Amino acid sequence: MLQLVADGIIVGSIVALAAIGLSLTLSIFRFSNFSHGELLAWGAYLALVVNGMIGTSSAAIGPFSFGWGPVFATLCAVAGTAALAVGLDALLFRRLRRQGSITLVIASFGASLVLRSLLQYWQGGVPKYYSESLQIAINIVPRSFHGGLRLTADQMLVIALTLVVAACLHGFLRYTLLGRSMRAAAANPDLARVVGINPERVFLATWIIGGSLAAIAGVFAGITVQLRPTMGTELLLPLFSAVILGGTGSRISTLWGAVLGGFVLGLSESAAVSLLGAEYRPVAAFVVLTVILLVKPNGLFGDKSA
Amino acid sequence: MMSVLSYATFFLVFVAIYAIIALGLNLQWGATGLFNVGVAGFVATGAYTSALLTTPQETGRVAGFNLPFAVGLLAAGLLAGLVGLFTGALTLRLRRDYLAITTFGVSVMIETVARNATPLTGGVFGVQFIPKPMQAWLGTGFEWNASYLAMSLVLLALVYWGLERLLESPWGRVLRAIREDEDAAASIGKRVYLFRLQSFAIGSMLMGLGGALYAHFVGFIAPQDFLPILTFQLWAMLIVGGSGSNRGAILGSAVVWGFWSASGALLRAAIPAAEQARAAPLQTAIIGVLIAATLLARPRGILGHLQSGGRSKHG
Repeated sequence: MLQLVADGIIVGSIVALAAIGLSLTLSIFRFSNFSHGELLAWGAYLALVVNGMIGTSSAAIGPFSFGWGPVFATLCAVAGTAALAVGLDALLFRRLRRQGSITLVIASFGASLVLRSLLQYWQGGVPKYYSESLQIAINIVPRSFHGGLRLTADQMLVIALTLVVAACLHGFLRYTLLGRSMRAAAANPDLARVVGINPERVFLATWIIGGSLAAIAGVFAGITVQLRPTMGTELLLPLFSAVILGGTGSRISTLWGAVLGGFVLGLSESAAVSLLGAEYRPVAAFVVLTVILLVKPNGLFGDKSA
Repeated sequence: MMSVLSYATFFLVFVAIYAIIALGLNLQWGATGLFNVGVAGFVATGAYTSALLTTPQETGRVAGFNLPFAVGLLAAGLLAGLVGLFTGALTLRLRRDYLAITTFGVSVMIETVARNATPLTGGVFGVQFIPKPMQAWLGTGFEWNASYLAMSLVLLALVYWGLERLLESPWGRVLRAIREDEDAAASIGKRVYLFRLQSFAIGSMLMGLGGALYAHFVGFIAPQDFLPILTFQLWAMLIVGGSGSNRGAILGSAVVWGFWSASGALLRAAIPAAEQARAAPLQTAIIGVLIAATLLARPRGILGHLQSGGRSKHG
């Protein structure tokens, strides 16, 4: 029981990180970006490739399974994925922005297929792992209490870092000029332009943040599960469900809405796996989506006008 | 000569089936502005429904009812229409891209069931020995293929004629009014939601019908026949042909299916056999680039009328 909850929270932190970025793009650009999942997969694989190039000679840091090499590889992947998101915008989305949100949705659907196919061509379809060595899970709660709880140090780091990243982003949106500009642009793009906010700067920042968080989420997914070219596509439905559950708009609470949504999705996937079996995992996201659309289509913290 | 003719028959049956599905998509998107990202799911619903109803009984399987081909076809349309009704009722009052997300979810669900509910759907191995209608008279060779082509073309003509009539009728005019200016249509008392729901359900039925035709032509279906790439090919057909135009949807089906078959043949010829499995995704990438390039260079397609989804407060 406890273990199921913990597994759900780990998957939930991955969904949460990626959902924050997706929620931001949905609030600022007002379209559902179907290629967001592919950013996550590309981030995960970029880290793998950089890590392979620098070798795995570095000693592990403290209790974790990795050394400074993978940390550096992750930073490179973050930069690369952010560049990929910005490049995709320059190549495709920016040119279609005037044609309305649905054209952008079609384009993002096309982009996702191209990105996934290229990744599959480049890396092959066989699952890969960052590290071949097994990590020893730490016994946190003894088996006698609700089945006990075992976590690896990596898994605990994933949960902690998710919360830290969300808190940093909260600070950014609350206190910095750029962050406040982003919220203004999400609330009312025309009014934001009138008061002198440069929309292109806001757009650029949105893609950089969205791409970076997707890369981190991808690396976490690679650490806790495995790397597959379809890993992003498989997370797309949970991501959208988490975003709609949290709500979109200009309020900072939608950031925490996306985080909460991610954890809810992770936990319900965990429940679906234990009730129906692992192959029915996608059912959880669909049920959450259906319920939220029926009961509260604007999400928990979204603007009323959504 | 015979082999060319035989290949042409094969090719055209697929064009006709895709055209029927693309016409359904054109009703949803071209005529009503509803974005369906789960076309593959609706097609799969039709294919599996007809396959499960018409295959002979077998021990260890839940389905297999040995029903006639016509019953399978009809049920395929009806069930896909019901799935469309459910999806539409859930989302058509909300933001426009929530429909897109939900259709995507529906297709993921249908794939999950097809892949895992093995007693019903055969799991990853799919459904085999789907009956080919009239095979007792026509045999399995060219005669059968040609007859199936004739039947598919007749069905396509019927669907085309029906849709043209429908869009010219008062019902179709209301759809056009809603697409052009939703608020104006609502202000003269047209129930926007109901019209959208009907259009979405009819489009879904056509997708189901196309799926059933595919299943009975090939005789074998499996979950990997209904992956997102199918949705994408159909969107490419509609966008290249020109959304909003029924003739564009048919033309696009021929052009894109030709392009897809040719690029497949080219990749097979140009890339050594050992590398082919690895290069297969490139074919998908090519069609992705085609759709993006069409959107950028010729957003209305070859024969299109639609101006980027019309004006709508949900935009």
